[in-house]
Parts: sequence; structure tokens; C-alpha cells
Amino acid sequence: MEEVTTPRERLERTVLAPVTGTSRWYYAWVAFLLMVIAWGVYAYSRQLHDGLIVTGMRDRISWGLYITTFVFFIGISHAGTLISAILRVSQARWRTPITRMAEFITVVALVCGAMFVVIDLGRPDRVLNVIIYGRWQSPIIWDVLAITTYLTASVAYLFLPMIPDLALFRDRLAGRVSGWRLRLYDLLSVRWRGTAAQWRYMGGAITTAMILIIPIAVSVHTVVSWIFAMTLREPWNSTIFGAFFVAGAIFSGVGTLIVVMAVLRKVYHLEEYITEKHFVYLGYLMAAFALIMIYGNISEYLTTGYKMEEGAEFHFRQLFLHQFAGFYWFYLIGGLVTPGLLILMPWTRNIRGIVVAAVLVVAAMWVERYFIVVAGFRVPLMPYEPSAYAPTWVELSVMAAGFALFALLITIFVKVFPILAVWEVAEDLEGPELAPEAGRLPFGAAPEPAGGGNR
Amino acid sequence: MEDKEQTRSLPRSPAGPGERRMGRRGVLRLLGVGALGIAPLPILPSLLRSALSGRLVRSRGPVARTPDGRIRQWSMVIDLRRCDGCQSVDRPPQCTAACIEGHFAPEPMEWIQVFEGDLPGGGTQFIPTPCQQCQNPPCVNVCPVAATFSTPEGTVLIDQERCIGCRICMAACPYDRRFFNWGKAPVPPESQMAEYSAEHQVPAKRGTVMKCDFCPDMMRDGVLPYCVQACPNQAIYYGDLEEDVASNGDEVIVLSRFLSEDQAYRIKEDLGTKPRVYYIAGHGEDVGRDVFKKGRLPTRWPWAEKVKGARTWKR
Repeated sequence: MEEVTTPRERLERTVLAPVTGTSRWYYAWVAFLLMVIAWGVYAYSRQLHDGLIVTGMRDRISWGLYITTFVFFIGISHAGTLISAILRVSQARWRTPITRMAEFITVVALVCGAMFVVIDLGRPDRVLNVIIYGRWQSPIIWDVLAITTYLTASVAYLFLPMIPDLALFRDRLAGRVSGWRLRLYDLLSVRWRGTAAQWRYMGGAITTAMILIIPIAVSVHTVVSWIFAMTLREPWNSTIFGAFFVAGAIFSGVGTLIVVMAVLRKVYHLEEYITEKHFVYLGYLMAAFALIMIYGNISEYLTTGYKMEEGAEFHFRQLFLHQFAGFYWFYLIGGLVTPGLLILMPWTRNIRGIVVAAVLVVAAMWVERYFIVVAGFRVPLMPYEPSAYAPTWVELSVMAAGFALFALLITIFVKVFPILAVWEVAEDLEGPELAPEAGRLPFGAAPEPAGGGNR
Repeated sequence: MEDKEQTRSLPRSPAGPGERRMGRRGVLRLLGVGALGIAPLPILPSLLRSALSGRLVRSRGPVARTPDGRIRQWSMVIDLRRCDGCQSVDRPPQCTAACIEGHFAPEPMEWIQVFEGDLPGGGTQFIPTPCQQCQNPPCVNVCPVAATFSTPEGTVLIDQERCIGCRICMAACPYDRRFFNWGKAPVPPESQMAEYSAEHQVPAKRGTVMKCDFCPDMMRDGVLPYCVQACPNQAIYYGDLEEDVASNGDEVIVLSRFLSEDQAYRIKEDLGTKPRVYYIAGHGEDVGRDVFKKGRLPTRWPWAEKVKGARTWKR
């Protein structure tokens, strides 16, 4: 192994490593994911052939696993962009090694989530009616607008800070990787040469994008909740739903980010850049959101449970005592309280403890989404026996394929694109004095936080 | 290393010699082109609509009017004092049965369903429940593609040729009155020959939502809906609020007087959905039902022969 000298070279080598070398395990992992996806495609083809009768959904519980997964994916999409944008705005320097992963989770989760709405349709062949006959009064159309806007903004926000790194790949990888890749880097690096004007334009663009993306991200999960809250069903008839969904989205998003971070750190040896500090800081963020979620649950359930209107009683019994009680208490104790404790207790406040907390959070938030959908539908509207819902193999297979696609896209991404924001991390390594933008702008002349390098 | 030098050590002048600078003129030009690019977006849907309108016309007949030209306001009154859930005739509810036969409604859809509600003291009442034809319809409000819509006569219809099957209307309906074609509908083959209309939803289309359509096509020809005709106790009145008249097939009543004097109510009135289906409280006492005699016979779907490959499902 050749001796590397400067931190900068070591950084570049770490970032280029996944792109230049591929292990046998990588192919095995991709093959496994492709198999899961193929099985899901087969299951979906059964659904296309026979109709939604192959699912466990019926008239009285007419949304199930698909809509749960949709809400969950849109939720974890908040991992990236929102966290990255908020940290950028607040100029938190420790963010630099994790923003790229976070932003990519956003894009991938949005693609996977949007897919599940189409999968849930009874007539996917008519999906274009949404554009041809779309009515802006419908919450579904709000969703279509919000999610497409968010996806566009997230792609832009992922791409902009990546331009200098793509140029780096273009220059460093010449002759070392296949031609299509070089052409891709060449195309995507938009003739980046690192001139002062280019840095300035990019800084301005990033600043605009990061400020725009925060309200867009908040709106997205708010309107997802309004699909439910705009109906007359007792458990969904709640003014807190929008805020509650946004909080839950960020909560599960941080959890997902921690899990993905832990995996990539191990696989691609990023220990030098993603340190315990990053896990602890994100853990604190997750603990804060656990408290917000606990507060949201108390607000929601105390105000309805105290009065116990008709329907609320049924809902309370099924959640806390009967059908859903086991999982629901797991969500409350295992998903909200335990992760908070794991992070706040000094002796579990380490990478392992925080990753365990994150896994619990992600699982619990999926369970919570499931109960919002299924338990909400289960409350009877007329004098009939409450119905039951159990997902079929088709739904489970398609959902598994959705998660496999999520993993596959991330796997492919780290193989093709820079996994860390090289120039931002380099600024931290070299110190602000050596950072490219130091001295580039007169003090206070332009919004600085985009690069974050004025400290 | 040279490469790195080139990238990282920056000229202090604002722009290099070979670099193209974007002046104010350039920015304005870019903005203009951008605006031109975005301008057609709002009219795009209407362009698409007009291009496709030959194929996707909403199927609905002419608006029903009174002899002096006012638009009819269809309405229903169900007198629960006369409904015994068809216990006296010892058959499944006849309104449901007639509706199923008339519309080829697939199993398990009961567009007008007879629920048995509990009364204080342990007795029960039977509540025939069609689509409530809300005037503030939650289903119409949430539909993303206007596949379900309100008509000038105050009824709510569904165009199964436009419905995308997202089922948000089923989430929104507080009366459990919407039904989904989960698979190939178990209906008789002859139903496939009918000409589809949103006013008479035959044949059933897989992957779309269906419900009671209030039979506006029959009323336009002066024929009472199937459920009204079939009720052995004449418990269901159908009529026009505009002309203030309704009939159960046996007698003709003044609708406003009937609703007021018999203290009509609507289901879940506090939700503000403003249904067009009114109820007179009762438990079949006018036709001699004992309030403690519970249960009704289950609904049956009469067809011996069904289309190939069709399967029934549970609600």
C-alpha cells in the first residue's frame, strides 16, 4: 500500500475507492436485491392481471400496506434535504461528511414513495387522468404537486454541491474507468473549472435552493397527512395531523440517515470522516424529535381521549388494548421512549447504541404509519361488524421490492457518484484559511452559508 | 498535483480571460425564454382534454326539469316505521334484491343496504341505506379527477370510465356507501352487453368505484327506482324537492309537509354533508314488527351463470 501524505489525498482516495474497485460482495448484494425486485415485479404482474383482489384490502379497509409504505417513504425522504438544508442554513460545520448521503436518501425515497401511489391505483393505466382532469381541490392533486416539486428541488439540491466533485471525478478518473462513466462525469460537471465566478454562481444557487427547499419539504409531508385529515373519519379528524406528520417524517428520516450512514461507513471505510460525533449529534436531533413525537401523541390522544366521543372510544380500545395493542405499545415504548433513553444515557451514547436507537425508530415509525392507515379505516362508520385487514403475499412482495429498490439505488449511487462532499470536507480538513472560497468574496457580500466556510 | 493546483488556487480577478460573463441582458433573455416555456403549462390540460374529448365524454343524460322548466331536485324519504327488514315477507330485503337485479350489482355490493341498528333498551331498527346524495359531498370534494361529481339535480354520480381507482372517495365517505371492483366482477354475462352510462353503471368495470346512482335515468322517464318499486311495505318515497312532491308507488305526498310533520332526520346530520336522503324514525311498528325481533335474511346474488374468471370477495 502506497504511503499517502496529505489529508486531502487520503480523502480523495477514500472517495474514489468505491468507484474504482468493486468487491465480490458488491455483486452478491446487487444480485440479491435484483432477485427481491424481480419477485416483487412478478407479484405486481399478478396484481395487474387479476386486479387488487389479490391484496388484502377491501371496501372497509381500502388502503393498506401500499399507502403505509408510501407515507413511510415520503417520511424518510425528509432525512436528507431538510436536515442538510437546516444544517447548512445554521452553518453547522459537522454536517459536511453526511450531507451527500442525506440528500441522496431524499431523492431515492421520493422515487420509491411516489411509485407506491401508482401501485395502489385500481387503474394504473389511467394515471394520466391526474394531469388531464386534475382538480386542484383534491388532496391527491396537492400531493402530486408537492411531491413533484420536492423531487425537482431535491435533485437540484443534490446536484448543485456535487458539481465540483463531479469535476474532480472527471479529472482524477480519466483513463481509470469505462468510457460511459467519463462521458457522464464530463456531462454532469458542466465544464466546471473552479473559477471564482463559478464558485460564486454555485454558492448563490445553493443558497437559493436550500432556502426554497425547507418550506417545500414541510409542505410535502403536510399534504400527505391531509389525504387523511381531509376526510370525516374520527381518528384522522385532527388539526395536529400536518405538524405531527412532519415531525414524524423528520424523526424517521434521521433514523434512516443514521442507519445508512452506519452501513456505508463500515463498507467503504469512512471512519475517518464519519465519526462518533456525527452519530451523537444526529442522535441528539433524533432525541429531540422523539420528545416532539411524545408531545404530539399526548396532545392528540389526551384531547380526544378525555372527551371520548363516539368512535374515539373504539379507536382507543383497538390501539391501546385490543387488536393493535402489542405493536402500538412497541411504537410508544420501543420507538419513542427507548431511543430517547439510549441517546441520552451516557453509557449507550455511542455508535452502537445510537444505531440500535435508529433501527428502533425506523421500525416504529413504519408501524405508526401502518396504524394510522389501517386502524383509521377500521373504526366502523355504520352498524356493521369491524372488518379485518391482513396483507397478502402480493403486497408483502411488492413492499419488499420497494425497500430493495431503495437499497439498490443507494448502492448504485455510491458506485457512481462521490459519496462524500469532497470539497466541503476538504475545507474542514484544510482549515478555513485554505478553503477555496476564503477571500473569494468580500465579507458580507453574498450569502455565505452555502459553502459554510466563513468561520 | 498540477491538476489540483489548477482547481483549487483561484484567480483573484472576478472572471478568467476565456470566461463568458452573463450580463443583465443575458439574464433578461433567459428569464424571457423561461417564462415562455412555463406559460403553456396551465393550458396544457385543456389542450389534452380537447384532443381526447372524442373518447372521454362524460355519459349523462339531459337535466330533468319540472313542466315549467325548473331543475328537479331528487330526494328520498325512508319511513322506518314501515321497514321491518322484510321479516314479514320472510325474504332478504327486497329493496336490495331489486337494486342488485336492476343494476347487475356485483357481489358483495349492496348499494342500498339494510343495516340493523341498536335502539335504547335492547330493541333494533332496520335502516335501508342508499348513497345519501350529499349536497356537500366529501367524496366529490376529494376526487382528484372529477370522476365522481354532483349533478344539477343534486345527485352524486361516478364516471367509471374516468375513475383511476385511488379510493380516496371511499376514505372520505362517512356512510360506507362506496364499493370498489377489486377483481373481475361476478356478474352475469348479459350485463356485458349493456351500454355504459354514469347514470346506470352497467357493466361493472374492474378497478373503479361504484355506488347507488339514485336512478336518474329511470326518473327522467317517470319510473320509480328499483328499490322504491320493490318495497313490500311502501316504506321508501322518492320525489322532487323543487316541485315538493314524492311517491312510494302507492300514494303521492307533499314532501315538505311530510318531512316537517313526521320530524324527518338525516344520518350523521352534524357532519354537515347535507344528505338528500331523509328518514322518519321508527322500527317497523306500522307493519306490525316487534322491536325485539332481531335479524334479517342475508342478501343473495341471484345469477346462476357468471362471466368467466370472475371471483367474489368480501366487503
